[in-house]
Amino acid sequence: MAPAAAAATKASKTSIYSHKTLSPLFFTPSLRFPTRPYFAKYPSFSRSAPETLLLSTAPRATVTPSSPSPTTYHGPCYVLGNNIDTDQIIPAEHLTLVPSKPDEYRKLGSFALCGLPSTAYPVPFIAPGAEGTRFPIVIAGANFGCGSSREHAPVALGAAGVRAVVAEYYARIFFRNSVATGEIYPLESEETGIWKECNTGDIVTVDLAENLLINHTTGKEYRLKPIGDAGPVIEAGGIFAYARKTGMIASASTA
Amino acid sequence: MASPIMAPSFSIFGRKMESGLMSRFIPSISAHGCRKQALNRVLAVMAPTQPQRSPATTGSVKHAMSMTEKILARASERTQLAPGENVWVNVDVLMTHDVCGPGTIGIFKREFGQNAKVWDREKIVIIPDHYIFTSDERANRNVDILRDFCTEQNIKYYYDIKDLGNFRANPDYKGVCHIALAQEGHCRPSEVLLGTDSHTCNAGAFGQFATGIGNTDAGFVMGTGKILLKVPPTMRFILDGEMPKYLLAKDLILQIIGEITVAGATYKSMEFVGSTVESLNMEERMTLCNMVVEAGGKNGVVPVDKTTLKYLEDKTTLTSEPVYSDDGFRFIQEYKFDVSKLEPLVAKPHSPDNRALARECKDVKIDRVYIGSCTGGKTEDFLAAAKVFLASGKKVKVPTFLVPATQKVWMDVYSLPVPGSGGKTCSQIFEEAGCEVPASPSCAACLGGPRDTYARMNEPQVCVSTTNRNFPGRMGHKEGQVYLASPYTAAASALTGYVTDPREFLL
Repeated sequence: MAPAAAAATKASKTSIYSHKTLSPLFFTPSLRFPTRPYFAKYPSFSRSAPETLLLSTAPRATVTPSSPSPTTYHGPCYVLGNNIDTDQIIPAEHLTLVPSKPDEYRKLGSFALCGLPSTAYPVPFIAPGAEGTRFPIVIAGANFGCGSSREHAPVALGAAGVRAVVAEYYARIFFRNSVATGEIYPLESEETGIWKECNTGDIVTVDLAENLLINHTTGKEYRLKPIGDAGPVIEAGGIFAYARKTGMIASASTA
Repeated sequence: MASPIMAPSFSIFGRKMESGLMSRFIPSISAHGCRKQALNRVLAVMAPTQPQRSPATTGSVKHAMSMTEKILARASERTQLAPGENVWVNVDVLMTHDVCGPGTIGIFKREFGQNAKVWDREKIVIIPDHYIFTSDERANRNVDILRDFCTEQNIKYYYDIKDLGNFRANPDYKGVCHIALAQEGHCRPSEVLLGTDSHTCNAGAFGQFATGIGNTDAGFVMGTGKILLKVPPTMRFILDGEMPKYLLAKDLILQIIGEITVAGATYKSMEFVGSTVESLNMEERMTLCNMVVEAGGKNGVVPVDKTTLKYLEDKTTLTSEPVYSDDGFRFIQEYKFDVSKLEPLVAKPHSPDNRALARECKDVKIDRVYIGSCTGGKTEDFLAAAKVFLASGKKVKVPTFLVPATQKVWMDVYSLPVPGSGGKTCSQIFEEAGCEVPASPSCAACLGGPRDTYARMNEPQVCVSTTNRNFPGRMGHKEGQVYLASPYTAAASALTGYVTDPREFLL
């Protein structure tokens, strides 16, 4: 697997969005992008209002009912191959960080995907010195998140700024942890091998409502499997938040 | 069995169903009478429409269930379940350790309240084992967090450690959680055991449902004692044939993972049966179930038998009867292996399914050998390694690190006589072979850990290891190369300095 080799050349390709994606951590929530008139073959996207990009930098520790639920995520993608295990997502030496402590949560984010071998992945997921990633979307192959049950894995990705992962399928504990924490959307593509057609740095849109991944750089689009029941749980901010929002459990007492 | 015909509400639930009794529709006397009269009359050519039939009240329809389904049915108080169903399950034991415990506790307190109490102080087992013998401040702090919580909640089972300089000065300290759970009697047939660690599936060797969960799920269980689980379909692995004397359970599971790949059992239960499995002792069965997660499996199970009960008799008492897969049960997939034809294996870097014959890797020069972890650091594993060193009589050619999983294993290494050695202990044989001194029991370098972890791979080296995963960076260095192997193969490799088939020494 050598998506990074091609990515190194592709990353320098200018796209109309590249100047805005250098530091997505500082995006304002109301940044707007025009509709895509040049992608006329997507009739489902003929909306009158421009889409709104939402990139929140706050840790997803609490539910903010006032913020609109995002249906799209947009930005450069980071491409991975098959069987990316939890040791690559967050090496074990960083597991002394406790995710429920806010400062350690942020530190976990700064180590996300630092276990990737640099020969296969020369573009660092997190730029040296940065606290988070400029890639809100990760595209991967089969069996993403295999290995350990450590919840630190989806937490590190979420804390780093990842909003959605599009993979062929997931290891079950990782999938479950992603939903339970509400940190990232673990989406599945209908086709296999899409990671081979994408390069790190490609500008993509993940549309949760339409179940689509659109790669603006290559012009290709891919169908996603609906997230189903897991969607509202992640949107609420994890199982506890969802349970409280739907009245399944009372709000946490401070007695 | 006699069932009264005239009792319309008679039901045959419970124990009698266990004998595989299928439902019987017992006609009532009145229906019998109707049929006799009908013989004298011309009936309509077309059967009259009938209302929807309600299920018979004289019996029940039951479909065959697997072991895993039966365990989950019992735990969710249902009479039957089918794969794919989501059910709320009562948890019998929740385990956590120093890496995930603090996070779990944080979530528990945040969601249930700073002063909330755990659902059952006797059903939570907290075992520091991962990053113990280190000067890393956060790691040490995490053990303190566990202790404070256990004191506050009066947790019955907390295996504490305070004196990091001498593990033996800590009478409560055990070591690697999964082996401690077994040795301390927390594994029981037909129960549901959850742990914040992927190798919790290890306990399936005891005929129970055991699987790994994350901090958030564990925090939820801590407060409620319940979890929502999806019932997995079951794959069956039939292992028959006499176990060759150069093979161990590790070879069997590497064979299976190599066969089905690292995602071959995703969301499924793996059931291990057959004459070979029946011949394995409990520690070997644990090795088998331990690596179920490496195939993506949700849980692994081995049926309960005399061996299981013998192991448990001095440790705990059963809380429910063992269950077994029904004869008519249709497994989603079935694999049969003739074990007598298998050969010692390794999993080459960088995946547990990168299977190869050990003898085909004999040109791979190695830098070190590691014998330890829940997968390969139990008493039986050290006895196996000692057997190879004894047979050779020579010294190892590379640094050979030994990390007993628990205090009990450590003591066995220093006290149990190795068969055929004239009374020598494992430790003596290891010393004569030039191995490193057996280290303090913990997870140690299986997963790298803080920089000063014992036997951590801090340089890009080649290691043969009895551990469970060999993804890039697993034992520390990103460019390190880990060959997973059985204790026999690991010991043989230590003696030659190359990946070596143990038949070089054992035949």
